[in-house]
Amino acid sequence: MILESIWFFLWGLLWAIYFMTDGFALGIGSLLPFLGKSEADRKVMINSKGPLWDGNQVWLLTAGGVTFAAFPKVYAVMFSSLYSALMLILFTLILRGVSFEFRNKVESPQWRKLWDICAFIGSIAPAILFGVAFANIFRGIPFDGDGVYQGTLLTLLNPYGLLGGVLFLVLFLVHGALWLAIRSEGDLQQRAIATAAKLWPVELGVAVIFLVASFFATRLYDNYLANPILFVVILLAVAGLLGIRVFLTRKALFKAWFASALTIVAATFYGVIGLFPNMFPSNIDPSFSLTAYNAASSGLTLKIMLVVVILFVPIVLIYQAWAYTLFKGKVKSEDMLY
Amino acid sequence: MDVLLLSRLQFTATTLFHFLFVPLTLGLSILVAIMETQYVRTGNETYLRMTKFWGKLFLINFAVGVVTGITLEFQFGTNWSRYSAYVGDVFGSLLAIEATAAFFLESTLIGVWVFGWKKLSRKAHATVMWLVAGASNLSAIWILTANGWMQHPVGYAFKNGRAELTDFAAVVFNKFGMLQILHVLPAALILASFFVMGISAYHLLKKQNVEFFTRSFRLGLVFGFIFSIVIALEGDFHARHVTETQPAKLAAMESLWETTDNAPIYLVALPDEKNEKNAVQIGEIPGLLSFLGHHDFNAEVTGLKDIPKDERPPVLLTFLSFRTMVALGMLFPLLTLIGLYLRNRLLENPWYLRIMLFAIPLPYLAIEAGWLLAELGRQPWIVYGLMKTSDGVSPIALSQVAVSLVAFIGVYGLLGAIGYFLIFKYARKGPEPA
Repeated sequence: MILESIWFFLWGLLWAIYFMTDGFALGIGSLLPFLGKSEADRKVMINSKGPLWDGNQVWLLTAGGVTFAAFPKVYAVMFSSLYSALMLILFTLILRGVSFEFRNKVESPQWRKLWDICAFIGSIAPAILFGVAFANIFRGIPFDGDGVYQGTLLTLLNPYGLLGGVLFLVLFLVHGALWLAIRSEGDLQQRAIATAAKLWPVELGVAVIFLVASFFATRLYDNYLANPILFVVILLAVAGLLGIRVFLTRKALFKAWFASALTIVAATFYGVIGLFPNMFPSNIDPSFSLTAYNAASSGLTLKIMLVVVILFVPIVLIYQAWAYTLFKGKVKSEDMLY
Repeated sequence: MDVLLLSRLQFTATTLFHFLFVPLTLGLSILVAIMETQYVRTGNETYLRMTKFWGKLFLINFAVGVVTGITLEFQFGTNWSRYSAYVGDVFGSLLAIEATAAFFLESTLIGVWVFGWKKLSRKAHATVMWLVAGASNLSAIWILTANGWMQHPVGYAFKNGRAELTDFAAVVFNKFGMLQILHVLPAALILASFFVMGISAYHLLKKQNVEFFTRSFRLGLVFGFIFSIVIALEGDFHARHVTETQPAKLAAMESLWETTDNAPIYLVALPDEKNEKNAVQIGEIPGLLSFLGHHDFNAEVTGLKDIPKDERPPVLLTFLSFRTMVALGMLFPLLTLIGLYLRNRLLENPWYLRIMLFAIPLPYLAIEAGWLLAELGRQPWIVYGLMKTSDGVSPIALSQVAVSLVAFIGVYGLLGAIGYFLIFKYARKGPEPA
């Protein structure tokens, strides 16, 4: 039981780190047509995440891989149920991935425009779709006792699901604007800061609406009401949100970005904790729901994977942090390789 | 048309496509790391230009390889959910370890390598390339270990209605997987060597950047020769292990219908699956198949007729894949041997350069054929002897798979076309002037 619970929270942690790291890359990509007024601007925007996005994306693969290893039944039912939504995410992430490498390889404005459109779609679509998917998981998914999905892609586009999509998008937009502000200068930096400042009230508003809507649309609060101490997580998310505003006013960009990172991690854990021990709840019959207990791997696999994760995730964090410190300065012309 | 067929087609299409790019990543990363090391050691600017030129081609290829790999990990869940739920306890951990222990390093450091020329010392920068190369190959090792388990499942027991892990070391040191590793990594180096030699040959034929491309060609030559010998030796172990573990695959590889000792190989043959015989068989070499499988010309080899019909792989495709792979595999040591003989007179032998230019696709063909052989020859099993492919497929709607299959073919087709267009473009353009 303890092993399964540890794994449940590691699973949540991996998703949280993915949203925290790739979140700003998805945000910058979504802002590309709005803040990238000139080719020079767009170059800075893309190269500001250029050296980092690939490593960030592996958190998604790790979250997927760990779901497979530790909770094979969740992996099987979740990804086959959410088939079309997941395929959309993957296809758009593919477009994003090649768009950076391809955009500067042919000297033609139309060519670059094509890949900038791909970078935009490949950022905004996954940002929204991840939100839609997770909100639906919070809400419950219509699948039966055999793990067969009884809905369609449209089933996921219910008001609460869409609200989740908007929440993720706005979280990532602010996160991206802040990262861009850190790595850009002059006019572009000013516009990035202004964008973050303008989006902040929207972020706050959507977050509050989501917290309230979750009370009516989901059973996330059951765990919180049973253990009120858990409300700390929600307070952390709120503290992060307020921190963004405070640090933005003081032009402390790094701190504002970290506050935004805290918001995203706490928001993810808000949902994960609310779900526990459910991982993929069925809204046809709660007894069909997949939980950390009924979907977990054997004790041996969980133990081996725990060793792997405890050994390697800190190492990964160290060399990724090193990469971040290498590329935290302003994007110079020599850094514009994409 | 059913979900099973379309899911199989989708998995075939996406893996074969992914596998067009991955081997070059594996092999060329090592060659580029060697070039950069030579630059650090000698300070010779030609090596720096080589690093940058081949590095650029490497990166275009790398990008397509990486993005097409993302879908593969998730496809086990989307299209093969019954399989995933049944064997995830053993199989899933290998994929998770691949991401955590290898793919992270590769993906994080590739960004550092591309953007870090001015931020790191020469030595550190070259070290980063070695780590990228090491992590890429380590990544492949874990994936092949996972595939090795599907080929020859070990270290598990049936518990709680699924296959559960009982012996992790047995899974990691599975002989089948290890032989696949020793087969695929050298194959990747051969492919990369022929890629480097072919493009170098193009420029040498035009007498452009002669020193630059002679050096590149010779590097490819050495690696191409060594590893085409290594893979031939390994192939021998491989065939014997397949005989032992997957008799149906071996029988289909050589289209052997009757169980017999002193089993022959025919120089030319064509399987006729319907009538359970070979429509054509010419040029019998007695005992060769027995020798291939058992190192004994008189050993008995199981024929397809002694394997239940519903446990036989598709004979014709398996047979053709094997023939293609082996024929090409014999060509590579020959071509590189000629090259070693001519190594100081490359420019005077344009005929050889022309052959090497047109030989670029051959290792690609061989490696794809090898992959088809491994996967098709395992059918109808998704895990050999343990679970049928038809039992592993997801309970999903046909329309979903149809749409995603069409989308995969369209998007991957386009990506492949653009990727190769760019590789051609920069390969022809040649290195930046000194």
